[in-house]
This record gives sequence, C-alpha cells and structure tokens, in this order.
Amino acid sequence: MAKTAVKTRTVAMTGNAGCALAMKQINPDVVAAYPITPQTTIVEEFANYVANGQVDTEYVNVESEHSAMSACIGASAAGARVMTTTSSQGLALMWEELSIASAMRLPIVMHNVNRALSGPINIHCDHSDSMGARDMGWVQLFSENAQEAYDNTIIAMRVAEHEDVLLPVMILHDGFITSHAIDRFDILGDDEVKSFVGEYIPKRTLLDVDDPATFGPFAMPAFYYEQRKALRVALDGAKDVVIKVSKEYGELTGRMYGLFEEYKLDDAELGIIVLGSTAGTAKYVVDRMRVEGVKVGLLKPRLFRPFPSAEIADALSHLKAVAVMDRSDSIGALGGPVYVEVKAALYNSSKRPAVQGYVYGLGGRDTGPDQIETVINDIKKVAGGEEAPRETVTLIGVKE
Amino acid sequence: MGEGKLTEIRWHARGGQGAVTAAKLLAETALAQGQYFQAFPEYGPERMGAPIQAFTRISNEPIHIRSSVTNPEIVVVLDPTLLKAVDVTAGMGEDGILIVNTDEEPAAIREAMNLKGCKVFTVNASKIAQETIGRPIPNTPMMGALVKATGIISVESLADYVRKSFGKKFTEEIIEGNVKAVERAYAEVKAE
Repeated sequence: MAKTAVKTRTVAMTGNAGCALAMKQINPDVVAAYPITPQTTIVEEFANYVANGQVDTEYVNVESEHSAMSACIGASAAGARVMTTTSSQGLALMWEELSIASAMRLPIVMHNVNRALSGPINIHCDHSDSMGARDMGWVQLFSENAQEAYDNTIIAMRVAEHEDVLLPVMILHDGFITSHAIDRFDILGDDEVKSFVGEYIPKRTLLDVDDPATFGPFAMPAFYYEQRKALRVALDGAKDVVIKVSKEYGELTGRMYGLFEEYKLDDAELGIIVLGSTAGTAKYVVDRMRVEGVKVGLLKPRLFRPFPSAEIADALSHLKAVAVMDRSDSIGALGGPVYVEVKAALYNSSKRPAVQGYVYGLGGRDTGPDQIETVINDIKKVAGGEEAPRETVTLIGVKE
Repeated sequence: MGEGKLTEIRWHARGGQGAVTAAKLLAETALAQGQYFQAFPEYGPERMGAPIQAFTRISNEPIHIRSSVTNPEIVVVLDPTLLKAVDVTAGMGEDGILIVNTDEEPAAIREAMNLKGCKVFTVNASKIAQETIGRPIPNTPMMGALVKATGIISVESLADYVRKSFGKKFTEEIIEGNVKAVERAYAEVKAE
C-alpha cells in the first residue's frame, strides 16, 4: 500500500452505503431521484442524510426517473451541483433526457447500479442498462467493488465539473454483487472530500441575469452538426481529465486508478478483459492459473466512455490471445459491446492478439471461477494454434 | 485460519431469523480483528418464513472473488425444519463443518441426513435465545456456536462487538441478553 497523505478510516459497508456516503461528503446542491431496485438503498440512505440535516441538499421527490433527470437538468442549468442515481428501467425511462444533459454540457453525476433490462423482468446484475446508454455523450466509469464505487463517485464530480469536460458522468457498479454486499473499504473524512471536490463555480447559468444565456435551444441543420462535433471533442477530452483527477486522488489516498487496470498482464501470453465485479473473480482465477504455470493476465476497463482504444490496443499488443467477456449482449451485432470495441481498437495495429468474445452472467446468472477458467482454456487453444479464432461470440453459463 | 486462507460460510435460515444480521455481524467482527470479508444475502422473494441463504467470506488477505459461495467450508443452519426442505450440505466437502440449531445430538443429525465425513455440531439456539433474549431468534447464539466450532474469531471479540454494534439500537437488557446467548451457545454446543 502506498503512503497516503491523509488519514483514512476502514469501514464495513455495502457498496450502495458507500455511494450514499460519498454523496453526503460531496454535499450536492440538488438531488432528484426515484427509487428502483437495486439502487434503492442509495436514495434511502441519502434521504436519511437529508432528513437528519447532515447535508444542505435540496432533495426533490419526483414521480419517475423521467422527471428525476428533467429536474437534474433544470437544476444543473441553473448552476447547481447535481447528483442522482438509478438502475435498469429507471435509466431507460431517463432515455430522452440523457442526451439532452450531455448536449447541454451539464456536469450531473449519476450512479447507475447495473441491473438487467426487462424483459423478462429481472432485478439482478448485467450491464445491458448502461451499455444501452453508451452513445448518449456521458462519461462512463465502471467499478469492481465498493471501494471503487466510493472512490469513483468523488473522482466523477471533479471530472464532470472540469472546465475541459463539463459533461455528465455515469458511475457503474454491479447490482446486488457490489451494491448489497458488505465489503471492507477505506473512506476519507468529510473535510478531505469537501476540499478535493472544491466549490463548483459554473461559468454560465440560467439564472445569471447579468450575463443571460440560452440553454438547449433549437438547432437546425446549419448548427446541429457543429454542436455534436463539440460534444465529441469534449467527451474525447474527458480521458485526460480522468487520468489527471485520478492521479490527484491517488496522491491523496494511495489508491491509484488509470483508464484501466492491468493485473499480471506484463509478462502474460493470454489476456482476459472483463468489467465490474467479475474482474475480481478473474483476478482470483488468474492467481490460481499462474500457480499452474499458465501465463494469463487481466485487463479491467475502468473508463468505458470515452473508450481508450489506443491505450488498450497498446496494452494488449504483446499477447497471443485475448478473451473479452461481456455482461450484456448486443443482439444482432458481432458480439457484446466490450468485445466489439476491443476488436475494433486492435484492427489497425500491426501487433495484435487473436480476440474471442464471450457473453456471460445475463440477468444475474452467477459467474464463478470455473466459467472464467473455461474461457482461458479456450483461448489457450487459439493461442497455441490448436483452434482457429472464431468470429461469433460464445455464450457461457447458459443452459442448452 | 492460515495465512491468506479464504474461509467461506453459508447460512441457511427462514426469513426473520436474523441470518443476514448474523452474516453482517460476523463481517464487522472480522473488521475489528483487521481481517478482510464479504457478507451478502441471496436475493430472491423475501418473505417472513421463506427459506433464505446468506454468505460470509473471511480472509487475512484482500478477497477478489465475487461470485456466489458454492463450496462452503462451513454451513450454519438456523432452522432445523430446513434440513428436510433444503439440501443444506450441497457443495460442502468431506472436511466441512455443519452447525445446526436443534435439540438433537450431532449423531442423530448425521444419521438422519446420511452424512459421510464432515464434522457435525448441534446447539439448541432457539431455547437459549428464548431464555436469554426472551425471543426465539437464533442468530446470535448460533454465532457463539460457530465461533466454538471453527475458531474463526475469538468469543471475546464477538461479545465485545455485539455490545458495540447493538449498543446503538437496543436496550441494555437486550444487549446483555445477546451477549449471554453467545456465551451460553459457545459453552453448550455439542460436538460428536
């Protein structure tokens, strides 16, 4: 463990309680949220902080997620520091506001606790909800465990409000697996969080009568395209800001985060790529297979939007074969979203591994070490030339 | 527990018997001892009286694995009627430890369940809870039995933590009742 500049406290808390605590420590001006499983305990806990007078937040009780995001957009345009939280169908109901929030360049920070989209209706984890929102102009940061969900919340606020970004940020963690499990992690003091996130001073606000500005105006073909270009530039620029803010946070806490985490990847021949909590299980499998002499490592994406294509292609260049595991299926496409991104990222590289795609764990199907081991053994055959790389994805852990 | 060894526990109970609280309390006690842990219930239909499961992982090293517990080393059964309703020893190896809340002897449980290998412990946790706390909620006495059977944490740490954790919510009488329940179950748990 690196030396930390501040005193931290170790706690036993659920991932959701950690997120609610980070929100309390950030003390946003406005929170508008609607409860939905498995996100509910975040709003519940945060509502307690409001009721107990532990935050100064204006808490807006809304009748739906559509209204929640609408209220967030209004409050953020008015110059407030705004946060919210949702899951699955709630995120789906926010749909038309998601792209408005990013186009209006509003630095709203939102937890989306990953849960499978209906139908059939299901409350458990997969990434289909946030993957559906991947092209909405939001920064997306994935978390492996409660520690990362807590840390990402604090980092996200700074990234969103950075003058080179000014975009909404979505923080993802796995429903139930991370949200409801009691985990051990380290928290900062309220004052440290307060000073890290600083005061939010918006450059333009809806309520500034001395310097009036229009937010969200109509844009005909003469202007729309340029607006979208500006949004692309801003989202691409978020990558450097994520690196910079994460580094600063790392200097404070000793916990260093990059665009992705490389675990025993340096000298590996085989690589596995997986988001969220399953990356933890993959580390467990990597450790076990390393003992048996299998040269395998893990690349865990943290920043999914903007996708760090060049950096990931570079980090994978020395490998023989890579398995990309997706907890959502982009049906009708070549494979899951992470697989398609990774494969596209590698196409123009001269040194690139064979890439196989796997879908796993839809609707909360348990993904244990055995499934990950099967995947690694599968790409071992490809790496050894025993089998040719396949174009289609393989669905693992599914009943025939 | 050896260096870096991961211990996995599965709790079987009926909704309302406090299995989730027990899994949580054990995790918090582990924190107080500087250990790493995870505690999580299995989420499904949550109704009073329905069979439920909860899980605890404890280790001296950070725990990466996040999948559900399928091969527990220790199984704790809070309700004896579950022995006929649920396959409580599923995935447990021959060196496993089974701890049951029942008025029966371990040998009788072994025979009824046709168990080979593993160690069986029994304790009448419902009776102890009734006599110490005034309600037959078996979770805290079962933790006393667990500590005796496995040595996973010390009984002193557990009693201290019950006092500290319950102190915020309950009366002195209930807290001391729970501490007594832990200590009695620790003393009364039967091995083969």
